Amino acid sequence: MTQHPRSLFDKVWDAHLVATRPDGQALLAIDRHFLHEGSFHAFGMIDHAKRPVRRPELTFAVADHYVPSHSRATPIADPEIANMVTMLEANAGRHGLRHFGLHDPAQGIVHVLAPEQGLTLPGLTIVCGDSHTSTHGAFGALAFGIGATEVSHVLATQTLWQRRPRTMRVTIDGVLGAHVTAKDLILAVIGFIGADGAAGHVIEYAGSAIRALSMEGRLTVCNMSIEAGARAGMIAPDDTTFSWIEGRNYAPKGELFDRAVAQWRTLPSDPDADFDREVSLDAAVIAPSVTWGTSPETAVPVTGAVPDPGAESDPVRAGQMRKMLDYMGLIPGTRLEDVGIDRVFIGSCTNARLEDLRAAAAVLRGRRAMVPGLVVPGSVPVRRQAEAEGLDRVFTDAGLEWGEPGCSMCVGINGDLVPAGERCASTTNRNFPGRQGPNARTHLMSPAMAAAAAVTGKLTDVRKLGAS
Amino acid sequence: MDPFVTLTAPAVPLDIANIDTDQLLPARFLKKPRSAGYGNFLLHDERKPGFPLDDPAYAGARVLVTDRNFGCGSSREGAVYALVDGGFRCVVAPSFGDIFAANAAKNGLLTITLPEETVAELRRQLQETPGAAVTVDLPAQTLTGPDGQPRPFAIDPFKKECLIEGLDDVALTLRYQDAIDAFDRADEEARPWLMPGT
Ligand code: SF4
Repeated sequence: MTQHPRSLFDKVWDAHLVATRPDGQALLAIDRHFLHEGSFHAFGMIDHAKRPVRRPELTFAVADHYVPSHSRATPIADPEIANMVTMLEANAGRHGLRHFGLHDPAQGIVHVLAPEQGLTLPGLTIVCGDSHTSTHGAFGALAFGIGATEVSHVLATQTLWQRRPRTMRVTIDGVLGAHVTAKDLILAVIGFIGADGAAGHVIEYAGSAIRALSMEGRLTVCNMSIEAGARAGMIAPDDTTFSWIEGRNYAPKGELFDRAVAQWRTLPSDPDADFDREVSLDAAVIAPSVTWGTSPETAVPVTGAVPDPGAESDPVRAGQMRKMLDYMGLIPGTRLEDVGIDRVFIGSCTNARLEDLRAAAAVLRGRRAMVPGLVVPGSVPVRRQAEAEGLDRVFTDAGLEWGEPGCSMCVGINGDLVPAGERCASTTNRNFPGRQGPNARTHLMSPAMAAAAAVTGKLTDVRKLGAS
Repeated sequence: MDPFVTLTAPAVPLDIANIDTDQLLPARFLKKPRSAGYGNFLLHDERKPGFPLDDPAYAGARVLVTDRNFGCGSSREGAVYALVDGGFRCVVAPSFGDIFAANAAKNGLLTITLPEETVAELRRQLQETPGAAVTVDLPAQTLTGPDGQPRPFAIDPFKKECLIEGLDDVALTLRYQDAIDAFDRADEEARPWLMPGT
């Protein structure tokens, strides 16, 4: 009997089916469950129902959203913020969960920490009450964000009800140009398919440009899958993946690692696997990108200009463009490179890994920033390594601030806000109205592009500036 | 959760695409307990003069008719709490963020997906006749607009059942305990490397 050809997604999905109802709903087994401070509603639900955590050994709590970026020597001043951090610790302690708290040597943003610690592995199902859980798909895991009620369900049962999503393959062949990064690649994909272009789908990223990416780059790509509306993003595991995992704290060791790798090698999509949709892009035409509006789908090459709603035929869309331009304080037709910025933020689960900090530092080395800015590494290990390489000095010598690991100005709930009306060049993933603070204006871009913007005080094509 | 069967109530139109969960519930309110009154935080920073939700003509609206990609962005279930605590039981849009739609169903908030032109037409009718009511019949899967014309909509049967019965997922899942245990036993054999730190 020949087996129907299957995609990477099909293989991971099928291997986790516990039960399927006649109406098509599937009960999926969950291999890793990550929690952050926002999980308090879910703990409240299981505690209220007097349900224990079914698999504490597969459940990990990470303090990241509310942790301070400045000094950690003194207690958190704001009592509500401090409460979020201590509540997670208390909930984790009561249920016997491994907790990566404020002072843990592995602490970091959950989507940086888990891969770094070897908790994220190929072929796993991974959930977290956070939409950027899609990040972990870079390893060939099926990873997606869930809400509080679903978190409480996974805590209680280590399973989740899901309807099988559709699949979309995004193939990017060719070679990315100089200074064009994984961030530009994924911004181009979102600009192309739209902020809801992949709704209801799991994306598999394929093609030579994807294969050529480091694990850091793959994490950046999968991270922003959700900004195209995708349920998850996945990349087939390969030798780049396996060598990244080997030797990490929680990864399998010795003979078990070899057995795991043998299984992981069977995960890539079969040659004739079907996808519900196929999209392809040429890597060579992707330029360094920035967003002009309040949705990631407004990504355009930095070489362009602010678009004109007058040229849009659909009046509703034109009205929505005007609203975005109004929020962003931009005039149609302005060259993007003439748009001045007020500050930069380099950080977040999209772009706060070592490779990102190296790319930003390469542009900033020996230069001064024209605007204030904050650089926040994704984890304590990233911070340590960056300091060992002297990157922190490059940033501080340029006049930027060097922070402690966490989500920081990506979402601003630890108090790191972009002041109202200010324009921020940001390596984060969302430029929604108010995302970085009420009336803050966010332009998304790569770390090298944010560094270039810092140097000139304007949106800048990093290719003109070069890197040392 | 309150079961959802039928609903006849005023609907408010919102001509904005990509309303994300950061707008629905700004991040600074995420640290508040539900008892703080999430309804007061709903679209907090958007409520400038003239915003339809504050227009007395739409007072008592329980249905929101909006544009594509509603609820995109973060997984915060608080965005759903803000709508539910703000009196809404149904949102109609051409498309929804997947996580938002899942969260909505768990909290008795019905999300209805209809073609872009249909939703635009409904919004137009509601703008012409502010305060007009719509009727949602979930068992029949129809939405009747101000023009009195019932429009069929599709919904996942599981979601429909959970909404109509107000089901608790965990109680349902526990009926599958034997299958879960059997899966775990087989998995220990199949993937001995799965346990963290082995
Ligand atoms: S860095 Fe930003 S996007 Fe990532 S988990 Fe934190 S808040 Fe969410």
